[in-house]
Amino acid sequence: MTNLVWLVPLFPLVGFLINGIGWRKIPKTAGGVIGSLAILASFAVSLGIFFEVKSSGASTTVHLFNFIESGKLLIPFAFQVDALSSLFLLIITGIGFLIHVYSTSYMHEDEGMVKYFAYLNLFVFSMLLLVLGSNYLIMFIGWEGVGLCSYLLIGFWFKNRDYTNAAKKAFVMNRIGDLGFLVGMLLILFNYGTLSYNEFFGQLNDGQVQLSANMYNWIAICLFIGAMGKSAQIPLYTWLPDAMAGPTPVSALIHAATMVTAGIYMIARSHALYNLAPAALNLVAIIGLATAILAASIAIRQYDIKKVLAYSTVSQLGFMFLALGVGAYTTAVFHVMTHAFFKALLFLGSGSVIHAMGGEQDIRKMGGLNKHMKITGATFLIGCLAIAGIPGFAGFFSKDEILASVYAHSPVMYYLALGAALMTAFYMFRLYFLTFTGSFRGTEEQHHHLHESPAAITIPLIVLAIMSVIGGYVGLPAVISEHHTLNTYLGSVVSNFNVHHLEHNTEWMLMGLSTGLVIVMIIVARVATKTPNFVENTGIAKVLENKWYVDELYDAVIVRPLAALSDALDRFVEKLGIDGIVNGIGRLVRWSSDRVRLLQTGQVGFYIFVMVIGMAVLFALRFFGLNY
Amino acid sequence: MMLTLLILVPLVAGIVSFLAKENAKAVALIGSLATLGLAAYISTTCGAQPMDWSMQWIPRLGAQLSLHADGMSAMLCLLTGIVMPVVFISNWNKEVENPGSFYGLMLLSQAGITGVFLAHDALLFYFFWELALIPVYFLCSRWGGEKRIQVTFKFFVYTFLGSLMMLAALIYLSLQTPGVNAYSWENIVRAGASLDPVTQQWLFVLIFVAFAIKMPIFPFHTWQPDTYEQSPTAVTVVLSALMVKMGLFGVINWLMPVVPQGVAFWSNTVIILSIIGIVYASLIAIVQTDLKRLVAYSSIAHMGLMSAAAFAQTNVGMHGLMVQMFNHGINITGMWLIVSMIEQRWGTRDMTKLGGMATSAPQMAIALVIISFANIALPLTNGFIGEFMLFNGLFSSASAYRITFMVVAGLGVILGAVYTLNMVQKTAYGNTVEMKMQKDLTANEFAGLAIIIAIILFLGVYPKPLLDMTAGVANMIMP
Repeated sequence: MTNLVWLVPLFPLVGFLINGIGWRKIPKTAGGVIGSLAILASFAVSLGIFFEVKSSGASTTVHLFNFIESGKLLIPFAFQVDALSSLFLLIITGIGFLIHVYSTSYMHEDEGMVKYFAYLNLFVFSMLLLVLGSNYLIMFIGWEGVGLCSYLLIGFWFKNRDYTNAAKKAFVMNRIGDLGFLVGMLLILFNYGTLSYNEFFGQLNDGQVQLSANMYNWIAICLFIGAMGKSAQIPLYTWLPDAMAGPTPVSALIHAATMVTAGIYMIARSHALYNLAPAALNLVAIIGLATAILAASIAIRQYDIKKVLAYSTVSQLGFMFLALGVGAYTTAVFHVMTHAFFKALLFLGSGSVIHAMGGEQDIRKMGGLNKHMKITGATFLIGCLAIAGIPGFAGFFSKDEILASVYAHSPVMYYLALGAALMTAFYMFRLYFLTFTGSFRGTEEQHHHLHESPAAITIPLIVLAIMSVIGGYVGLPAVISEHHTLNTYLGSVVSNFNVHHLEHNTEWMLMGLSTGLVIVMIIVARVATKTPNFVENTGIAKVLENKWYVDELYDAVIVRPLAALSDALDRFVEKLGIDGIVNGIGRLVRWSSDRVRLLQTGQVGFYIFVMVIGMAVLFALRFFGLNY
Repeated sequence: MMLTLLILVPLVAGIVSFLAKENAKAVALIGSLATLGLAAYISTTCGAQPMDWSMQWIPRLGAQLSLHADGMSAMLCLLTGIVMPVVFISNWNKEVENPGSFYGLMLLSQAGITGVFLAHDALLFYFFWELALIPVYFLCSRWGGEKRIQVTFKFFVYTFLGSLMMLAALIYLSLQTPGVNAYSWENIVRAGASLDPVTQQWLFVLIFVAFAIKMPIFPFHTWQPDTYEQSPTAVTVVLSALMVKMGLFGVINWLMPVVPQGVAFWSNTVIILSIIGIVYASLIAIVQTDLKRLVAYSSIAHMGLMSAAAFAQTNVGMHGLMVQMFNHGINITGMWLIVSMIEQRWGTRDMTKLGGMATSAPQMAIALVIISFANIALPLTNGFIGEFMLFNGLFSSASAYRITFMVVAGLGVILGAVYTLNMVQKTAYGNTVEMKMQKDLTANEFAGLAIIIAIILFLGVYPKPLLDMTAGVANMIMP
């Protein structure tokens, strides 16, 4: 089965080609079926690979062909099949399939539906390359490939200037990160002569090439800059909320469940490097924590249902980086998995709501939707319970594990992270209560139109809701069970580094503390939304509503100065300066020719006179000893 | 003999075109396809085993008709061979005034360019260099835009000035070699390399300026946006896809081996100029509204990276340079074809007056998006492999500033995305602007773009053929 791993990305690629080439001729339904079947086929193969890897624990490299071969540089196009990549295969193709199915209904009214499925398949293909590559260059191919698909899908409704601006912003911000990734790759290549994981990590472990501690940190930081872009961390996070311009299933798949977790995958994959780079790890933890807090605070005051979820995603990604930063690599992967379930669920739920509301995304105009859409409401509630960290739901286990590892690392960080977790519980239930409970605040027409979505939408919701409940039991906390299924499974590839185990008593106490406070926050959210009145925000609330004015800051500090610089260079240096000099020389030649021309008087006497003078000067120079 | 045919076929086809008048485009297409066949044949063999051919020319000066094809020349001849017919095919339905002269001059220029890539004798090299240039001058001044006379004059003076400096240097070098064949490549190289460092530094300046203008390297570039803007598209393609490669080819073949001490002395300066050029041209590209000027500055930025990597003097950089010369030629040809199609349909190149191509001409918009992403070196397009190797080369150079070089040059990656996506957004997306002629790609335009896109994707996924073809010569130049 492992040798057939190339089939996994091949199916979506074929799906992309069919739908991409025939996008104007293929009927909508057929396009959706082709796209979904391609992912289903990939999922089936991935499942086979997963169980094979699970039973054998083997790590295999499947070589396809040599991609770049030049002198000493050899970059194979090869896939790495091991516990880490096969877990991601399952997440990508599994959730990917559900979202494809969901999209067959969600996008059915859209004239570009076949094109949409082509892009979606291309995305899955790229994402699979990203996690399957056996070296950083193949990862980079997938890395930029998903960036392209994200760009195409954010700007899917390309007539809207704001949407295409958002698409452009996403791509450019990702490119900033990609430059860091590129420099990191070149540093590795320069020092180790390879980009292959096996060779690079092998050399790191046997210590044949010893670099200064700083060098390890620099390489790790460069790679992390790449992760900041892709996984929307401070300072490169502002593209993700804007990316909500894309169709909602895209937000679920790309901007919540899969693509944005690529940075976490990358660092987990490179754990051998990060283990040698303590400063870089600290930076990862600090950036992650800061992002978790900042994004959670913004989410509190957002009114767009998708924006709340977007900032929530940024914040949750921050949690994952925090986990990586304290060395809890497998915990981060665990949270990637549970987050993929409940965040995909929440996004798809919001899509169902938006559909029912006829495109309305403002939660101030919703309310009481539970009465009209029971399945959406119930599954959304499960998603909220999971993300808030109520015991028994998937998010609880992974978040608790992160918090416990952070506590062991630094109690101060723990309390800050706990603060972010409590904000999460608050804004998620604020969102839930405002949307699903109370009375409807929209127009009469919208009220009339409210309906539960069809099965193609509700079935994925139900499946994801089930996963959001049971998905956490692969990683039971140590106080309940010493056997951690996920850690055992991942053990052959990656294990936690320097994570101290807590006393059982401490762990119980932390669990109790966070659970108790989360419940308090839910009650606070309930009280705060009981009688919603939306007055204009003032003070800190206004700052939060305006996202701490970070977009405005970037605009003032980077975007506008850059445009002004470009403009000044064009006007002054290019046109007046360089071209001015060039044309000036031309004019000088013309001007001096104009003057020299006057010597040609046409009078023979004058010519003879000049000739005699000239000869006299030459003789004189010779006489005074000048050799010419 | 194959090598002479490679020059003679376009030359003869060119002369026939002059006479053929209205059927000139057919003659041109057949001639260029025949040349492509020859170039393809040669490029399959030359990578492994270089080809030579020579006969006496002007014995009293020591000049020979001497041709030499290694992997690099063969690759560039192949590029020339591909680009010309693609241009002819895409322009098939376009009415050209006085087609006989137009196509005749195009083919003469092709003969000249091919000659430049093959010449193994300095005087012959100079001869072809000018032969390539002069038809282009006539093409611009005759079929160009409004300001064509001023602009072509500037272009001509600029490049001719460079050529004369190069000629002076070549004559000086030939005088240093006693005996016959004073201009042969081997003798020029021997003569140059044996000179004292200071003389080499001077000679470097003379020769380099000619090539720097052609590429162009900052700050010798201002002729280029003007000329590209005013030239008819077919000529812009010749200038940007092929003639800029003459500059790089010259640097590799007629500068680096000839004055190694001069190169050692100046290389950091040239790298710095090139890198300034990358950032500078990218920034200026951001504020351009005319599509042709935008692509012109984008090309200057790309050439900056190539020349920086050339002077970084590493094996992988040199190999990447070979690959990227080809890929840049392909991609920018695609870019120009699209620009000309836009101009034809909307009657303007001003991006502020364009929009909605994705609605009104979706095939064209798809081609635009693919070529644009190749232009910013997205992985799995041909641009990526070359760019990765160039950065790698720059990064592993011996210079103390290599990391700074790499990071500053890398800013081009970000800025490139900014201006390219701006262009895509303004032309393809947004509200639909009415076209003058309501039509998506015609069959011949489709064919031209399909060839370009097929090459972009094929070499992006499987660059091995191109890498293999040029590996030998890259290893020879920079072991």
